[in-house]
Amino acid sequence: MNKMKDILTIGGKEFTSRFILGSGKFSLEMTKTVIDRGGVEMATLALRRANSGTDNILDYMPEGITLLPNTSGARTADEAVRIARLARELGCGDFVKIEVINDTKYLLPDNAETIKATEILAKEGFIVLPYMYPDLVAARRMADAGAAAVMPLGAPIGSNKGLLTRDFVKILVEEIPLPIIVDAGIGRPSQACEAMEMGVAAVMANTAVATARDVGLMAAAFKSAIEAGRNAYLAGLGRVLEHEAEASSPLTGFLED
Amino acid sequence: MELQENVLQHTAAYDYDAFTARDVHAALSKDALDVQDFGALLSPAALPLLETIARRAQADTRRYFGNSVTLYTPLYISNYCDNYCTYCGFNCGNDIKRGKLTLDEIERELRAIANTGLEEILLLTGESREKSGVAYIGEAVEAARKHFRTIGLEVYPLNVDEYAYLHERGADFVSIYQETYDRTLYSACHPHNSPKSDFAYRFAGQERAILGGMRGVSFGALLGLGNFRKDAFAAGVHACKLQRKYPHAEISFSVPRIRAAHNKSASELIANAVSESELLQVLLAYRVFLPFASINISTRERAGFRDNVIGLVANKISSGVKVTVGGHDDEQKGDPQFSIYDERDVKTIHSAILDRRLQPVYNDYIFS
Repeated sequence: MNKMKDILTIGGKEFTSRFILGSGKFSLEMTKTVIDRGGVEMATLALRRANSGTDNILDYMPEGITLLPNTSGARTADEAVRIARLARELGCGDFVKIEVINDTKYLLPDNAETIKATEILAKEGFIVLPYMYPDLVAARRMADAGAAAVMPLGAPIGSNKGLLTRDFVKILVEEIPLPIIVDAGIGRPSQACEAMEMGVAAVMANTAVATARDVGLMAAAFKSAIEAGRNAYLAGLGRVLEHEAEASSPLTGFLED
Repeated sequence: MELQENVLQHTAAYDYDAFTARDVHAALSKDALDVQDFGALLSPAALPLLETIARRAQADTRRYFGNSVTLYTPLYISNYCDNYCTYCGFNCGNDIKRGKLTLDEIERELRAIANTGLEEILLLTGESREKSGVAYIGEAVEAARKHFRTIGLEVYPLNVDEYAYLHERGADFVSIYQETYDRTLYSACHPHNSPKSDFAYRFAGQERAILGGMRGVSFGALLGLGNFRKDAFAAGVHACKLQRKYPHAEISFSVPRIRAAHNKSASELIANAVSESELLQVLLAYRVFLPFASINISTRERAGFRDNVIGLVANKISSGVKVTVGGHDDEQKGDPQFSIYDERDVKTIHSAILDRRLQPVYNDYIFS
């Protein structure tokens, strides 16, 4: 890693910002403000909401933003594949966030269907970022299927509960040789910061920003928190002193050199 | 080849003198260590901190293995060898008594060992496809299957289909020691274009064993042959990278230190000698780096050392060991590979384990 210039590379594209914005919950005219104040370089786009009547969200996206169309609304791999192809036809580029949800109560992702969709779309040349429940085995299969990054949830989507899946996300950071992007559940900048300290590559947030009293200021707060967490990770966190009782008899007293 | 290059690059870049006590403390403060942290634990800077590292290692060992200490024994079925390994008693240039057990003799040896209560066995041969071919090893495995629940092999490296064949006969674990990861030294130690002189074929042996269906593979370097820090580091990285590629594979380590072999003058061997403290350092580094890995302590070490490392780092110990060909039931048919420093029988080791408030375990494997 080049510490002078800390670059996040996904699908061959370079990003300096590690704050990915979910765009589904803003009024369209706020989009540009949030992107500017959050220093955002990649934003999701729910295709099902891309064109609501007269307004088109694409008209509100600033130049240079990488669009990450998602397949929200898909309940199966097949539906996700269809939405992804449609997004590409509409000129949204090759990036796609796969989101397959067939549970309307908790809105938890279906890892098995997501793996299938990842495999199909990666073969078609998409840069696939699967949204997933942080399960190591599923993440490995997504990596094998050609995912460009993996997006585990921190907590149920929209819950603002933070990093409930902390220990499992940490396992993905350690084991999966792809950028890990925490998606869903992050409710506060401090939680985004904590995720970054753990070594995740980026954080995605939407509800937390969209439901703030001052949306622009909250976007700026997330930007700072994510940068702080990233810097802490790069700097190497200090040791936590463990106040364990000293062993009464030494463990290494038997050595004869 | 990609894996080999990766491991050798890491090893070439490993500058153990660059680490400080701070790096060691930083490594110990992490839940999961990376390759750099592992390097710190193996560095000279970590040697004065063995007690601190030991506390972490003991906690890791208990977390993954509880109180269990598994017992097993090796059985040498043949010592014919086509290799010229400069450090080994079985070197084909050595004038030693050669021998090979017949199937009847193997059966008698196995029965004698099984009568001691052991349920896990490690079958060993020298490298001779002519005298101890795959079919012969297969017959030995089938015989062992009748008396033992777990069968490991420490034989010359094989092809995938051969591993698959031996796995079908009943073998589940394969040990292959690279001896040294220093390619120049490797060539010098394995001269005359012998089968073992092929570094890459040996390096990829564990991967072929896994592809052949084996449950687990063992890694190790012969410490003291070359620079032990580099070699111990390379073996650890080798195991780590292979486990990442095949997450289902069980990983284990052995830490043989070079000891006087038959026909080998002691003076030649002490140049790179590894002390007990350094050996313990290697064991501790493996445990903390890959806490889930099985670590085995052989009879190359004295009883006092072995008794103290079980439960601390090692979770597996050999007992009732003979390194001659046969010798458990009948008279031995071939000379030993090396000298052993702990001749205690199974019963005595069993008691020694209990004395340390640990639990002797003979088998933890259910067959389908």
